[in-house]
Amino acid sequence: MTSGSAMIAISGLTKSFGSHAVLKGVDLEISRGESLVIIGGSGTGKSVTLKCILGLLRPDGGQILIRGQDVTRLSGAKREAVMADVGMLFQGAALFDSLPVWENVAFGLIQSKSMPRKQAKARAYEVLAQVGLEEDIAQMNPAELSGGMQKRVGLARAIATTPDIIFFDEPTTGLDPIMAGMINELIVERVRELGATTLTITHDMKSARQIADKIAMIYQGKIIWCGAAGEIDSSDNPYIEQFIHGEIAGPIQLDA
Amino acid sequence: MPRWNVLATIGHVFLLFLQATGKLSRFTATSLRHCVTPPFFPRAIFTQMLRIGYFSLPVVGLTAIFTGAVLALQIYVGGSRFNAEGFVGQVVVIAMVRELGPVLAALMVAGRVSSAIAAEIGTMRVTEQIDALTTLATNPFKYLIAPRLIAATLTMPLLVLIADIIGVMGGYIAATRRLGLNAGVYMESTVNVLELDDVTSGLTKAAVFGFIIALMGCYHGYHSRGGAQGVGAATTNAVVTASVLILLFNYVLTDFFFS
Ligand SMILES: Nc1ncnc2c1ncn2[C@@H]1O[C@H](COP(=O)(O)OP(=O)(O)OP(=O)(O)O)[C@@H](O)[C@H]1O
Ligand SMILES: [Mg+2]
Repeated sequence: MTSGSAMIAISGLTKSFGSHAVLKGVDLEISRGESLVIIGGSGTGKSVTLKCILGLLRPDGGQILIRGQDVTRLSGAKREAVMADVGMLFQGAALFDSLPVWENVAFGLIQSKSMPRKQAKARAYEVLAQVGLEEDIAQMNPAELSGGMQKRVGLARAIATTPDIIFFDEPTTGLDPIMAGMINELIVERVRELGATTLTITHDMKSARQIADKIAMIYQGKIIWCGAAGEIDSSDNPYIEQFIHGEIAGPIQLDA
Repeated sequence: MPRWNVLATIGHVFLLFLQATGKLSRFTATSLRHCVTPPFFPRAIFTQMLRIGYFSLPVVGLTAIFTGAVLALQIYVGGSRFNAEGFVGQVVVIAMVRELGPVLAALMVAGRVSSAIAAEIGTMRVTEQIDALTTLATNPFKYLIAPRLIAATLTMPLLVLIADIIGVMGGYIAATRRLGLNAGVYMESTVNVLELDDVTSGLTKAAVFGFIIALMGCYHGYHSRGGAQGVGAATTNAVVTASVLILLFNYVLTDFFFS
């Protein structure tokens, strides 16, 4: 593995909850400015992988290098310094319900980038427009929004500080097809124009094809296939075949 | 052999206790460190002071006025058995300022505030808002916990000072209206007997209790697990542990001021 040039390099990542082994040695590598999409069944540990990378869960074993630094061994201020350039969209949006929408979006700008509130507010309105949200929702509380709208506010919050590395946990789930297309565009634009490195989790194969440079499939705690996005239809891998066509018959066991 | 089972159970419980104590100590140390190192969040501290202090005024005031009044009546009854009815004012003010003001106010505020803090932080935990804070390079100890600890520690003494005054007023009203004691004499004896040490020891207790109230709310909220049920359990545990610790530390502090 050429971990030297990779933005994120994961090797042998393991994580169990009690006796339930979720990750059994995940290896992944993402180069600078690359968009990797992870696909895989529900409950296979995609979100857990992201949380390990972000340090929200402590892995049992393995190594996670971000810009060559092993983040599993970092703590406190050093870890915060690495995280300052990372954005994350949570699967459940995880908006701060005590703050209005615009302040959610401006949060990273105000708190970690020390931007003046007025300026941060203007920037928040800009990003909200980018994710297709009207101005009048900026003053609302997150609880007053629909699920899809919350997702887009979460997306706006993740990209507001223009981070170098962005994680998207199911960015298009719960959105209508047109809106989903628009969000896919937005992610592509982040990667192509701003040079961000992104890791996206999705079930939506259309979205995966649109945004991925590389696709990885996780199954039973391991990455069982990883390749260029264009190769996915000719992979000859029975797991991939079954997953992308949504067939019930095949090697993937649904009770896993 | 059942004998060993008993020992094993005791050992197990003891280990669990040590584990919990260790976890709480570490949590407290981390929280304290973040209370005294920048950045501070004055806006958050101010909001919390309003929520903890200002909105607790009605319940604390009511508790104090009735306690003061009841105290006056009861001491009159007890005192009259050895012709000490004249000491009602003195006893009310000392009991109120040294003991009942801080303890009762703290127990009332524990019910209101520990639970609210635990529910709020617990909900933030189970809905991943605390994780989200971390990914926005904001330390949850700095942003959520330190402001609440600081606000509660600063606010409780003020609240208790007000409770003391209202409690003494309650005693005064009962003594003059119900018992027919002389108003001027009552007030004078109250003021004359009070020493600075009574007030400072009471307010010191209040600050410690304020810290305990916020700490228990934060601790249980921060460690809550598993959805609405987990948050509910955290809320209950916060109030119970805060109340028990308040009573425990009340003794420890009283003993300390005694010597
Ligand atoms: N905090 C936790 N405690 C215990 N078990 C957990 C925890 N988080 C996740 N798990 C378990 O880990 C497994 C993987 O969860 P994860 O959230 O990563 O799934 P996922 O691949 O993201 O699925 P989905 O596509 O449905 O979001 C699940 O079986 C889940 O029960
Ligand atoms: Mg998930």
